Amino acid sequence: MSQSRIRVLVGKPGLDGHDRGAKVIARALRDAGMEVIYSGLHQTPEQIVEAAIQEDVDVIGLSILSGAHLTIFPRVKDLLREQEAEDILLIGGGTIPEEDVEVLLRQGFAEALFTPGTPTGEIVGWIKQRLETKEPEPVRAKDE
Amino acid sequence: MSRDEMDEWLERLLRHERRAVAKLISRVEDDRGREEIMRSVRAHSGKSLVIGITGPPGVGKSSLVEALTHYYREKGERVGIAAVDPSSPYTGGAILGDRIRMQAHTTDRDVFIRSMGTRGHLGGVARSTADVLRILEAGGYGRLLLETVGVGQSEIEIMRLADTVVVVLNPGTGDGIQAIKAGIMEVADIFVVNKSDMPGAERMKNDIEMMLDLNGGAGPVRRPPVVLTSALQAAGIQELGEAIAGQQAFLRESGQIKIRRQVQLQRETWHCLEEKVRSLFDGAWPQIPQDLLEVGERDPFVLVEKVWAKMTGGRDDYER
Ligand SMILES: Nc1nc2c(ncn2[C@@H]2O[C@H](COP(=O)(O)OP(=O)(O)O)[C@@H](O)[C@H]2O)c(=O)[nH]1
Ligand SMILES: [Mg+2]
Repeated sequence: MSQSRIRVLVGKPGLDGHDRGAKVIARALRDAGMEVIYSGLHQTPEQIVEAAIQEDVDVIGLSILSGAHLTIFPRVKDLLREQEAEDILLIGGGTIPEEDVEVLLRQGFAEALFTPGTPTGEIVGWIKQRLETKEPEPVRAKDE
Repeated sequence: MSRDEMDEWLERLLRHERRAVAKLISRVEDDRGREEIMRSVRAHSGKSLVIGITGPPGVGKSSLVEALTHYYREKGERVGIAAVDPSSPYTGGAILGDRIRMQAHTTDRDVFIRSMGTRGHLGGVARSTADVLRILEAGGYGRLLLETVGVGQSEIEIMRLADTVVVVLNPGTGDGIQAIKAGIMEVADIFVVNKSDMPGAERMKNDIEMMLDLNGGAGPVRRPPVVLTSALQAAGIQELGEAIAGQQAFLRESGQIKIRRQVQLQRETWHCLEEKVRSLFDGAWPQIPQDLLEVGERDPFVLVEKVWAKMTGGRDDYER
């Protein structure tokens, strides 16, 4: 019986030590039937991308509260490109000012960014919808 | 996946490309071309012995895997790790958190860590764990480590997968007694009392030794050593490494490895057979008994016979 399970890496880059938000997301994704690889605190972009490759995830979700989003998202995207793994979707959440959200999305440094307080169901829905078009073979979905 | 694409991934696997290792593992887990993939992979694997680390949640299995990885990296070996955590029986989802303790090796190109959910498979290991380990081996990771969830009884499943079964326990807990109850004593090749930095470790070791004395003779071919470790303080890891080497040398030199592999193959075959039978019922499962039930039959044994008769077309034996 063939069943492709959605796999998501939830990472917590940067120096801040709060992973409550990341854990809430991780649980919501699990409850939606996904396999969530939780890699812990203080991850470097290199560690995140390497783990994502080994785990063959469909999505990387980053929780950033440290204010380093403008360096981390582009760096992760760069590394994914280097590894020819651009088919992995990059999303994030945390305290990111509105104008930075726009910059990151416009420049393609993330596929989606969710502000604090976004209902988890919305994130689950976004992932499912984006990946629906992806089966059975990874197709590079264009950003709308 | 087309034949060509699969061949390309398999070629890339043999060139030890990490992405190929990762992609092929997913395909096997998702049952997309599993049989074909494994046919090729098997031709390039099977030599490495698998070290299985099992024990109750929280005893320090992941921490020990990390410490052993460090140990083998110092020796220049390339390490492949499969770490299994339970999937939710309700949603099929899972939170796989073993990597948290293995971060130090994430960017080491000579270490490959793969987290797996049990995906509905009982017994503390995932259905495709054996396959995943062989893919890692074919991908160039010769030292194989497997971490499985410790869930009582079903640890016995680890025998199907591991050549060296390491049972991890903690001092000052009822672990020892639980272990005997669960029948773990019989499957262990090596006992580890981890968290030896905490009180009661020596006593725990003595308890285990005593149980091994009582078991003596009738039981395992080789008396399992009991090793004290502290993954936290990196103590006893060398001793554990040596205990593993000793057991593996014994397996090879005594020819026991052949017997083990035969038992494993038998179990794996049986396991695949079970799966095949189950898949026959997938979808059809509610209907078949339904029409039999409508006849008013209430005896499950009679129902089994009728289902069996349906499955085998009325024949009880195999025709050659
Ligand atoms: N005191 C002490 N704590 C340890 C030791 N090894 C692991 N731990 C801690 O035990 C907890 C569970 O460890 P983990 O490796 O995740 O256990 P697992 O669930 O068996 O994989 C963590 O908080 C570890 O830091 C040890 O040798 N001594
Ligand atoms: Mg663990």
